Amino acid sequence: MIKQGVQAKQAYKKLAQRHVPKRPVVANVAKAFLVGGTICLIGQFLNQFFITYFGFNEKTAGNPTVAVLIFLATLLTGLGVYDRLGQWAGAGSAVPVTGFANAMASAAIEHRSEGYVLGVGGQMFKVAGPVIVYGVVAAFVVALAKQLLTIM
Amino acid sequence: MTFDLTFLWAFLVGGGICVIGQLMLDLTKLTPAHVMTILVCSGAVLDGFGLYEPLIKFAGAGASVPITSFGNALVHGAMAEAEQNGIIGIITGIFEVTSAGVSAAIVFSFFAAMLFRAKG
Amino acid sequence: MPLLGKQTWQFHSQPVLLSSAAVVGPKEGAGPLGAEFDACEKDPYVGQESWEKAERRLFEMACQMAVQKAGIAESAVDVLYGGDLLNQIISANFAARTLSVPFLGLFGACSTSMESLALAAMTVDAGFANYALAATSSHNSTAERQFRYPTEYGGQKPPSSQCTVTGAGAGLVAKTGSGPRLTHATIGKVVDMGITSPFEMGPAMAPAAVDTITQHFQDTGRTPEDYDLIVTGDLARIGHKIATELFEEQGIFLGDKFKDCGILIFDPDQAEVFSGGSGCACCATVTYGHLMKRMAKGELDRILVCATGALLSPLSNQQGESIPCVAHCVAFERGEGQ
Repeated sequence: MIKQGVQAKQAYKKLAQRHVPKRPVVANVAKAFLVGGTICLIGQFLNQFFITYFGFNEKTAGNPTVAVLIFLATLLTGLGVYDRLGQWAGAGSAVPVTGFANAMASAAIEHRSEGYVLGVGGQMFKVAGPVIVYGVVAAFVVALAKQLLTIM
Repeated sequence: MTFDLTFLWAFLVGGGICVIGQLMLDLTKLTPAHVMTILVCSGAVLDGFGLYEPLIKFAGAGASVPITSFGNALVHGAMAEAEQNGIIGIITGIFEVTSAGVSAAIVFSFFAAMLFRAKG
Repeated sequence: MPLLGKQTWQFHSQPVLLSSAAVVGPKEGAGPLGAEFDACEKDPYVGQESWEKAERRLFEMACQMAVQKAGIAESAVDVLYGGDLLNQIISANFAARTLSVPFLGLFGACSTSMESLALAAMTVDAGFANYALAATSSHNSTAERQFRYPTEYGGQKPPSSQCTVTGAGAGLVAKTGSGPRLTHATIGKVVDMGITSPFEMGPAMAPAAVDTITQHFQDTGRTPEDYDLIVTGDLARIGHKIATELFEEQGIFLGDKFKDCGILIFDPDQAEVFSGGSGCACCATVTYGHLMKRMAKGELDRILVCATGALLSPLSNQQGESIPCVAHCVAFERGEGQ
């Protein structure tokens, strides 16, 4: 029979780890670098495009750039393409702001079956919520710390 | 349009930040949500030390597109309001600078839910 | 005495698996066993409005086909034992509403196929039913939605992940008739070896499978030589290797006889299959579709099917709990006139 004592569990974890395939870290890192870099490159093009043709400056061009990237990521999510890209690119598609858009859009699309209010509205932040919560909390703490330091 | 070295740095720095994320995903038990949270907080902290804005100047979209810049932008909004209106500005200013990103995400996601069906 | 040893039920009347049906989704239909299923739905929505309604429809289809194949009326079924992976087992509940049959809902995660079959056989053997239906279902998208992420989310899955099978399987048990006979069932205990990652289900479930199967041998006095095939539900490639090693540690060598439904149902080259199939329907469709056909052809005389289930929820996982697992096995024997 299978013993379930503390020692048996530790021995089992070692046995299991021998059989679990290691993640292909080098390949994953290469793919993440390629895709992440490309998305940022596209962002840089968009930045320059908005500066040149729409009169934005270096500081404010970030806004429309991010909006366009979010639009594209949402479109690709809706077309069922972004999840395939995500499996291949890993952090390369998750770390840029496009990953944030995908998290929001995928949740919204998925939960339409529960209605627009409770489904789409209630579940939209299901995956992306932590990023917003922790971004705000971290910003609050950092800004407060800086303010207190300048006061003192 | 000016094509300068910033384009190369955008690719390299952007790719680099994604590599950090990928290493966290592959070498630790952290989930994507955890990794994104860490990166956002890192962006906020780096801006606290005044290091993120120079990175954006240097690498352009390579620093402003990854989720780390979200943390940076939140701190900026908070700090700018605080300069103007005192310490309460920290609360009132947080979303000022990032509203483009969050608003766009909410609005586009909503329309996507109207137009598209999950494909599995 | 129906109780044999510690955990095994011996069915003295040897109830018959009168008929069975397996319905699958597009990926499973395109796999190596594609031609052996009773129906293969090309549309993962099965023409319904939501993933959950699609899974429900598959459950209904499997039950209706099994009853039809046996040549009896739906109203003749005395009890339905059914379950699935979703909260409150809604697929089984709503399908039972459609079928209008006395219903006992079960939750055994991916062990539901053999859990329900064991109970159906026990009910018929003891005279509490003339016809008992055992059914279960799972759906890739409903499982993703509930246990992991929205289906369009671009998260990256590690190679140890498994692919939830979209499908449903149902078996109709009766006192007499032509078909494989159900001779024994061993009811498993919950085994938890401390695995915490939901991406390592195979490693989590392997000990439970080994525990139940070794208990089966001990209770019945049988050995691997008594069986043509010993198959687990969804350990997949990684769990299967681990189970083989655990068996060897106990001095049991199964060799080629030891297979796994999660490995059989998909071709490793199919997209996003990772280490193999999982889900309630994995064991159910492979058993009722593929293995029963092999028995009917005479390729297999006696087999042991052990369905394995991981009894976690997203909540338990987030609260830092490990994954407790259970495995139940049923022994099938070729009947006369087959």
